[in-house]
Amino acid sequence: MTKRPLATMAAALALMSGPAEAAGELFLYNWSDYIPPALLQKFEQDTGIKVTLDVYDSNETLLAKLQAGAAGYDVVVPSSYMVKIMIDDGLAEKIDVNQMPNFKNVGALFTDPPFDDGRAYSAPYLWGTTGFTYDSARVPGGKLDESWQSLFQPVDALKGQIAMLNDEVEVYNAGAYYVGVPKCTEDPKEAQKILDALLAQKPAVAMYQSDGTHDRMAAHEVIAHHQWNGASHRTREKLATAVYVYPREGLTFWQDNLVVPKGAPHLDNAKTFINWMMAPENIAEASNFTGYMNAIEGADKFMDEALIKDPAVAMPAQYADRLRPDQDCSPAARELRNKVWTKLKK
Amino acid sequence: MRARSGQAWLILPASLVIILFMLLPLGLMAYVSILEKGLNGGVVWGSHTTEAYLSFAFERDLDDSLVLNTDYLQIFARSFGLSAITTILCLLLSLPTAFYMALQPERTRNGLIFLVTIPFWTNLLVRNYAWILLLRNGGLIDGLLRDAGLSSGSLNLLYSNTAIVLGLTYTFLPFMVLPIYASLEKLDVRLVEAAFDLGANRWQALRRVVLPLAMPGIVAGCILVFVPALGAYVTPELLGGGKSLMIGNLIQGQFGSARNWPFGAALAFALLAIVLLAMLVYLLRFRQAPAGAAP
Repeated sequence: MTKRPLATMAAALALMSGPAEAAGELFLYNWSDYIPPALLQKFEQDTGIKVTLDVYDSNETLLAKLQAGAAGYDVVVPSSYMVKIMIDDGLAEKIDVNQMPNFKNVGALFTDPPFDDGRAYSAPYLWGTTGFTYDSARVPGGKLDESWQSLFQPVDALKGQIAMLNDEVEVYNAGAYYVGVPKCTEDPKEAQKILDALLAQKPAVAMYQSDGTHDRMAAHEVIAHHQWNGASHRTREKLATAVYVYPREGLTFWQDNLVVPKGAPHLDNAKTFINWMMAPENIAEASNFTGYMNAIEGADKFMDEALIKDPAVAMPAQYADRLRPDQDCSPAARELRNKVWTKLKK
Repeated sequence: MRARSGQAWLILPASLVIILFMLLPLGLMAYVSILEKGLNGGVVWGSHTTEAYLSFAFERDLDDSLVLNTDYLQIFARSFGLSAITTILCLLLSLPTAFYMALQPERTRNGLIFLVTIPFWTNLLVRNYAWILLLRNGGLIDGLLRDAGLSSGSLNLLYSNTAIVLGLTYTFLPFMVLPIYASLEKLDVRLVEAAFDLGANRWQALRRVVLPLAMPGIVAGCILVFVPALGAYVTPELLGGGKSLMIGNLIQGQFGSARNWPFGAALAFALLAIVLLAMLVYLLRFRQAPAGAAP
């Protein structure tokens, strides 16, 4: 730390300026469109702490910013595998979430995740799955098989009417589930299988796009869309015939978490915020806004009826064994993945 | 002498900005490109390697030998191709436009320049989204043609290389019109009249008098279009549907999901080198204004 005289000085100054300064502010760095502004106002009313929101579009953007030392954030929202990287690289502050008063509300499935033993560093935010959605009014027979094959070997009516996410990890993982190889494979032959499947699918793909997926479905631009389940719920709000598919080969299940980066300027406020977000009535607002499930018991009482009844959001129990947790791959596996992505788009 | 040193001060703020915000970051980037990549992204400071530059054209085989890999070269080639087509289209559209503008009375000219610059008032992202609404199946163009009975079914205009070129041409057109206009505006009409008097027909007058005089503007316009088009990021992503990468998207991916900063930096440098080369050619060729352009 001696190499960072400026940071040390800043920290010392922050200490000297005392609690008056610390009472007022919180810098939240979150995914875009991922928390309702009204909820932040409610937090300010409850606690007197004013939240400043900044947004990012991928875990890697977050990581790059934290690695570059551009801190100044009090709370960030990494996905599970990124939590592990942050802990391993010493980028996360140990805040003992499991000792917080509202931790008792966390659902049993989420109290001891593999990426953060016993929840010392992270609190659960929202979770979801990455499957696909189709418009049942415009597919032959009104139904597609619950399989990635429906996307990777589409019937004629769907050719050129499919959109995939423009996300290296999600597209690669979908391909891996479809051809049945581990998504973190280090074997070039297995990666080749994934590439072959993606290349064979490409002529039928209208576009790779991660933004505005629900608008695209609602505007009838495509018939099927590789999609996050919350976006699928928002699709269904505008397009009643939209159906979300949990493919039987498996689909990624991810969860995002509230974490305090090392050296956060307002540590106490960050803890206050995280505890506050684990209250059912608060996290429910985040779910209502984004269409994603939360991990807090009792939150469903405060959630919209349409959300709880949508099978895309409240997963029917029979699909539970299709979920595959996301994971961080080894550098060798990541290199293979990026090669496949580049070859797919060269 | 005093006047001179006084003038030197004038350029100090600009020099500082260039050193602080361009040369320093560029130097940092150059350094990152020869570092080893970190396990979870970032770089390992102090550990040097040329791997990033090698992986531009080669990849390590299983036995660690280098084999040729043309993936990245193909992406560069596509970027160059699309940028070249964009430049040519811009040139074809701009020449007559700029010529027309230069021939108008002064007041009209100012109005026309104003019209050319209007697109700059809107954010690039918004303009690209507007093209999506225009081009997409069931969008304005598709719908109109179908209603007019000129096409049946979907045109599939959007999410193709055609859409990328269209978007780039639209975006960069003013960069071509304005320099050509600037050089044509100074054109001495009497030279054209003299050409006619000496028996030149319209084509000859255009080719041998007007075009040479407009050449500095044409070259400047071509560079102003070609270079930014090479690094375009938003347009290929939105209008190309993310189906084929251009250099900008490739570089972004290296800093994002690939977590390979050195390679991203090396790619950026390869692009910079090519751009500098183009500028060098321009400077050598047009160090002096072509004969006849000087008053």
